Amino acid sequence: MSLPPTPSQTIGPFFAPALLGEDNSELVPPDHPGAIRIHGTVYDGAGEVVPDAMIEIWQASASGRYAHPEDDREYLPLDEGFEGFGRFGSDPDGTFSFVTVKPGSVPGPDGVSPQAPHVAVSVFARGLLKRLVTRIYFPDEAEANARDPILLCVEDPELRETLVARDEGDALRFDIHLQGDRQTAFFDV
Amino acid sequence: MARESRIRVPGYRRDDDGSTLRHPDYGSTRLRVPERPLTIIPHTLTEVTGPAYGHGRVGPQDNDLTVGHQGEPLGERIIVTGRVMSGDGRPVRNTLVEIWQANAAGRYVHAGDRHPAPLDPNFTGAGRCMTDDEGRYRFVTIKPGAYPWRNHENAWRPAHIHFSLFGPAFATRLITQMYFPGDPLFSQDPIFQSVRDPKDQQRLISTFDLSVTEPEWALGYNFDIILRGRERTPMEDHA
Repeated sequence: MSLPPTPSQTIGPFFAPALLGEDNSELVPPDHPGAIRIHGTVYDGAGEVVPDAMIEIWQASASGRYAHPEDDREYLPLDEGFEGFGRFGSDPDGTFSFVTVKPGSVPGPDGVSPQAPHVAVSVFARGLLKRLVTRIYFPDEAEANARDPILLCVEDPELRETLVARDEGDALRFDIHLQGDRQTAFFDV
Repeated sequence: MARESRIRVPGYRRDDDGSTLRHPDYGSTRLRVPERPLTIIPHTLTEVTGPAYGHGRVGPQDNDLTVGHQGEPLGERIIVTGRVMSGDGRPVRNTLVEIWQANAAGRYVHAGDRHPAPLDPNFTGAGRCMTDDEGRYRFVTIKPGAYPWRNHENAWRPAHIHFSLFGPAFATRLITQMYFPGDPLFSQDPIFQSVRDPKDQQRLISTFDLSVTEPEWALGYNFDIILRGRERTPMEDHA
């Protein structure tokens, strides 16, 4: 039996009271050991900021394990209370910000060879009839990034580079360009 | 350790849901849809796992949008229920369903909604619940009104309720809209029409259901939701 999936539709402009009532922008407290801040701005194809996007993130723990029953590698510790999920809106100036820990490496498509540490990202907004999916990679992982099986799916090196956050000292920057010359790489998952 | 370090999991099916990103009739797509093709990636542990969001957070009355205020909201009281299933027909249990909608006059509780229709002090328009062991969800609410928007000359959105679902994995995340049967506004609505095939459009339209209707209380609508199914053959590595 195979039932066709229910079609996706846009989140529209009026979701915030329902979906953003709880603050889910701190996956760990800011004073947690190893806490990092990642921030950025969402831009449209005209270079204007997008003030009405919703962003969700999903990531492994610092040890490289997902808080999910299918990741049964119990020898990898899950930090108490760490769910690996974040959800937040872009502000009127198009910016977003969240606090997390850098995830550990998790296995790639073959189940063995490692992926570089990454955060999975969903972008929802008015005008997007389906979510856009991308990933945040880390600038201090050049060697692992160069071998990452998912990054290597993006053939154009310039486009691939959009997936690596920029180190700003006290935070990492990951801007999201929906369209245009600087468009972020998006995935069909 | 060799055995333990192997974790190979089946991915999710890539069945076409009938939706599309590129649909210029919907004006907001024009500057927001990526022009470069999406990169198809294989499913890894990242995509086949996903958040257990909502567990332990949902209150028993969160699925009744008609309570929690001083009085009752105006409008036609309705029950919206259905099953969340995966593409292989199995129930998706214990997953969060979130909804939001306009009030009976077609107005959202949102600063950005400028439609000159009244707000209802007894209606916020947001609800949530977890699916049960059969994948079933149930909301009590009022029928949302149609409302005008500025997409094109004399543009009106058909009455709809927004649905957000997680399912078991990052890959199964879905945000969609539920419509009501026989709405005369379907033909001119570019969001509804962005799903082009009438067969696919049907999966966005609830059905009136007399068995869900409660006598002298509320009309009942049924709306089943299908999330992506799993690839059939698990690619477990027993090496």
